[in-house]
Amino acid sequence: MRGITKRFPGVVANDHVDFRLEKGEIHALLGENGSGKTTLMNILYGLYRPDEGQIFLNGTEVHLTSPKDAIAHGIGMVHQHFMLVPVMTVTENIILGNEVTRGGLFLDLKQAADRIRKLSEQYHLEVDPQALIQDLPVGIRQRVEILKALYRQSNGESKPKSSIWADILILDEPTAVLTPEESESLFRTLTSLAQQGKSIIFITHKLREVFHVANRITVLRNGRVVGTTTPMETTETQLATMMVGREVILTVEKNPLEFREEVSDRKPVLHVQDLQVVDDRGSVAVKGVSLDIYPGEILGIAGVQGNGQTELVEALTGLRKAIAGSIHINGIDMTHIIHSGYSGPRKIMEQGVAHIPEDRHTYGMVDSYPLTDNLVLNIYYQKPFARGIVRNQAAIEEHATRLVTEFDIRTPSIFIKAGNLSGGNQQKMVVAREFSRPIILLIAAQPTRGLDVGSIEFIHKQILQKRDQGCAVLLVSVDLDEILSLSDRIAVMYRGHILATVDAKEASREVLGLWMAGIK
Amino acid sequence: MTSSLRFSTLGTLKLPTQFTFLICGMISIILGILYVPLPFSFRLEKRLGKVFQLLPWRIAPPLIVFIVLIWAGAGRQIDVIGMLAQSLRLATPIGLGALAGILCERSGVINVAIEGMMLTAACTGFVAALYTQSIWLGLIIAVLSGGLTAALHAVLSIRFLVNQIISGMVLNILAIGITGFIRKAFIVDSPLPAPPVFPAWQIPVLSDLPLIGQVFFRNQPMEYALLILVPILHVLIFHTRWGLRTRAVGEHPQAADTLGVSVFKIRYINVIIAGLIAGLGGAWFSLETVGNFDDMMTEGKGFIALAAMIFGKWNPGGAFGGALLFGFADALQIKLQISGVQVPYQFLSMIPYLVTMIVLAGLIGRATPPAAEGVPFVKH
Amino acid sequence: MVPIFREILIPILAVFTALILGAVLIEISGVSFIEAYRGLFEGMFGSRRALIETCVAATPYLLTGLAVAIGFQGGLFNIGAEGQFYMGALASVIVGYTVQGLPAWLHLPLALVVGAISGAVWGSIPGLLKARLGAHEVINTIMMNYIALKLVDYLVKNVFRDPAASMDRTPYILPTAQLPRMFGPDYRLHAGFLLALAAVVFTHWLLFKTTLGFEIRTVGANPGAARYAGMNVAGNIVLAMAMAGAMAGLAGVGEVLGLNHTLPAAFSAGYGFDAIAVALLAKSNPMGIIPSAFLWGGLRNGAGLMQVRTGISIDLISVIQALVIMFIAANQIVRWIYRIN
Repeated sequence: MRGITKRFPGVVANDHVDFRLEKGEIHALLGENGSGKTTLMNILYGLYRPDEGQIFLNGTEVHLTSPKDAIAHGIGMVHQHFMLVPVMTVTENIILGNEVTRGGLFLDLKQAADRIRKLSEQYHLEVDPQALIQDLPVGIRQRVEILKALYRQSNGESKPKSSIWADILILDEPTAVLTPEESESLFRTLTSLAQQGKSIIFITHKLREVFHVANRITVLRNGRVVGTTTPMETTETQLATMMVGREVILTVEKNPLEFREEVSDRKPVLHVQDLQVVDDRGSVAVKGVSLDIYPGEILGIAGVQGNGQTELVEALTGLRKAIAGSIHINGIDMTHIIHSGYSGPRKIMEQGVAHIPEDRHTYGMVDSYPLTDNLVLNIYYQKPFARGIVRNQAAIEEHATRLVTEFDIRTPSIFIKAGNLSGGNQQKMVVAREFSRPIILLIAAQPTRGLDVGSIEFIHKQILQKRDQGCAVLLVSVDLDEILSLSDRIAVMYRGHILATVDAKEASREVLGLWMAGIK
Repeated sequence: MTSSLRFSTLGTLKLPTQFTFLICGMISIILGILYVPLPFSFRLEKRLGKVFQLLPWRIAPPLIVFIVLIWAGAGRQIDVIGMLAQSLRLATPIGLGALAGILCERSGVINVAIEGMMLTAACTGFVAALYTQSIWLGLIIAVLSGGLTAALHAVLSIRFLVNQIISGMVLNILAIGITGFIRKAFIVDSPLPAPPVFPAWQIPVLSDLPLIGQVFFRNQPMEYALLILVPILHVLIFHTRWGLRTRAVGEHPQAADTLGVSVFKIRYINVIIAGLIAGLGGAWFSLETVGNFDDMMTEGKGFIALAAMIFGKWNPGGAFGGALLFGFADALQIKLQISGVQVPYQFLSMIPYLVTMIVLAGLIGRATPPAAEGVPFVKH
Repeated sequence: MVPIFREILIPILAVFTALILGAVLIEISGVSFIEAYRGLFEGMFGSRRALIETCVAATPYLLTGLAVAIGFQGGLFNIGAEGQFYMGALASVIVGYTVQGLPAWLHLPLALVVGAISGAVWGSIPGLLKARLGAHEVINTIMMNYIALKLVDYLVKNVFRDPAASMDRTPYILPTAQLPRMFGPDYRLHAGFLLALAAVVFTHWLLFKTTLGFEIRTVGANPGAARYAGMNVAGNIVLAMAMAGAMAGLAGVGEVLGLNHTLPAAFSAGYGFDAIAVALLAKSNPMGIIPSAFLWGGLRNGAGLMQVRTGISIDLISVIQALVIMFIAANQIVRWIYRIN
């Protein structure tokens, strides 16, 4: 790829990017969120058209105007957010767009399933072709995604291949949803695929992985290529500096836990006993969780996504009804509230609980509202923001002006629609709102997912500051690094249970990884 | 008191009303108990599998229909065959509308404009039939104008990203205005005689079958169209390449797009075909039933069709069942009006609308619409 | 200044474009469109009487338009203004002629309030079905229109029929329940017009200046965020539909207490769909309802004169209205035609 430029309204996502992929190599594309990695790969996959630049495959220039073209040239892509239809089977998902038919019209699912079975044997990617995607765990779903790409590349055998055949596999942040164990297995698969002649592009922002699996590394920053190197020639610190453009502190500075000895004498801020919660599909997602959090400590909950963390947080914040168990906040019994599932969020908030929700667009903000309204979203009815039922616009604006400076929310005006802010600033807005009132307990779910390094640092600092002020913090994250660097104690959730809890000082990545996979 | 159910060729079935109610009540209670989650019924359910789980769902509607028939027939005779044939006839526009809705929504486009499409088709079809004096030309124009209205819906919601419910309502309003205008300008003062409606066709041999023959094989063309389209659409949606792509586009358009499937093409074609089918439904009103065009003659059938679609969980067979249920409600209220039940006709004519609301309220939660429904697809 | 100009430019161009297409339709039916439109505009505001009649016609549009706009703000598509209108009219006419011996200062407000409550109850049923069971309000409000129509038809023909009248209608309401005429008996404009304007201002205040309105709008914009913020989502859905129903009910009340003083059985005016058009043209903004309702009232009112002069049917107005909202909903079409970026 040479001189690739892609502009979106207001941003240059790729600025004259040159990128070279050799046959049979695993090439890591490294950069922080928003650096243009995904855009570049979407261009190679034909999803976006570049404003400038050329793409060459095996030395010949090609014009990829749609994924169809890319597929025809042997390019496959596994997207960060899985492109799978949950209510359809593995077979249906894999053949979609390249269907096996009888008479060109009717589906031949049997023959397709056989072909998929053969393929999965060949590459050691076990999967049941008849299973529905929605019943499969994330690790298997990713296998299906990889098979989807391989299916198209092998399918080419029967049809005349395009004269320019590249055999490229692109994976966008494939390890974000995997346990360390599963990641290992994925890396083995990738290595073996590379040995069979496939060229692999591996997008990531995790430095460690790069050294693990890549033959070469290209670093992107702000849409530009910073440099290309190999794992031999560089170090983690060097790469981090290349990624961010300045020295970054890879570990967060953390004060030692105060009053460690006295902890056992103190009352927990949050006391949860045998909590059970069902998910949207009606199955029990949280199966009897008990935990305590004390003032001034951070309890991190690690685990692969979909092991009940979401339901746990929603139950604790009153958004989801619990079916059994009890909860006390600051010694006050809130059990009836989480069981009624009615006006729960407000009653819990009024106890001094702050909630940074895992998906700010679902819960945390209203895109069409200005910053002002978003910053009082859950306290709009309190003084001074309302007198009786009449809102006090002056107080709301003053509040917004103060928080925008205090929390470094970059916006041209407090009247800008929140949906138009960058993800980092939106998240800062949510944090600002939750921290703007006195709190004794902070429940933060995936507080930095998908943000740029600057915002991540800022939010981490804010959370630690709250802890040092004596606030109890429940931190839920699928990012093991985040858990390790912030937590005082770490609990691992697996299939609705808390498998184990450990002091952060004694925790090792390897052991946590095994627990996340359910091995204890 | 007894109820007589007359099956024309099978003779008459005389039933003591109260005794029949007793039996039906007992069946209901037994069914109810079986589904109370007692340990033994759990085991029973597992052993008998899915068929058994669906059983009450399958049995309940016919049972209700049967009970209602007995009630309505108390003290008089009810022509069961006639009622069933009438139900099918009245279910036709609802069923065709529901099929149109399924095609649209399976591809991710909400279509609340079925009412408007049917109204437009009923009007233009009749005008064409009137001026050409050919009912077949009228039918063709009706179908095409349904497709044209749908094409407008497609352009508004797919190309211009207009909220699909608003786009649909705009089309409904447009249809009312245009058909009212056309009626005043071309129909009211026309000296031409209205062409006769489509005759019923008796299918040789099959129409002589007892019961089935009289219900299914002595119908007018639109009924046959519905009966044929239901299995065709079922095969199309679940067993063909087109259907797989349609379902994928309706559930997860990005997934389809990343595999080179054109989301826009699939949606455009589905919406337009849906319009053609709705056009058939429109023809039912003016060309097959009334033989004229009246303002707003579709009377909300296009909306009831949506309820039938939801009832059928976006499956053609299920939607057909839903349409039959609403058709039966309509046939029943007509029957009751004719037989002189001591209930004001206004209340009887509310029945189809009430049934729609009840069905809708009882079903939600069981029925999940296609995931991407109503969400416009934007490509960079 | 400039953005405000932008805001109103598109609606104006939408109306203009729709009128051009309407002109084409008029020419097709063999009438000079200049002649027809002259009749239309003279009927709208060509004289003092025409202008006042436009206000009369705008009154129900103001209120039913609000009924749809409030729904939109709460994330609900209220197609039931028609049914809510009837239920309001029915209740007020019953109070208007059966309750006797009350002074006007008590009787009139009573009839108004009962009518509004009746509309509110009718509107809150689909709201409740949506909030509790998730049943879609579009289908339910339409079903309830038909049910209201048949219910009113039955009650007017059988229960509340005026035995002395030759047609099916209720008895006339007592003078104590009548809304006073604003320009004497020669002009039909009644105090319901002022009431409607007050309702617009009140709705604007409620939606944008109070916590109640903030809750309704938040539930409409993002129900998840509303739940997170501790708002009662189901309650606000019902509340929004009840408010909407009350407004539509008041529209019916105004027609009964201010204009007709009775309720005839066959009284379908098609306010339900027109109200959607009014609200869409106003972009669901209560203040925007004022110009939008005046335009609709004017077109309806002027269409009479147009029909008298040229024989073009009133239905043409429905076509023009539908085209207007089509261009409003798909404003890219207008931007494209007039090359506005």
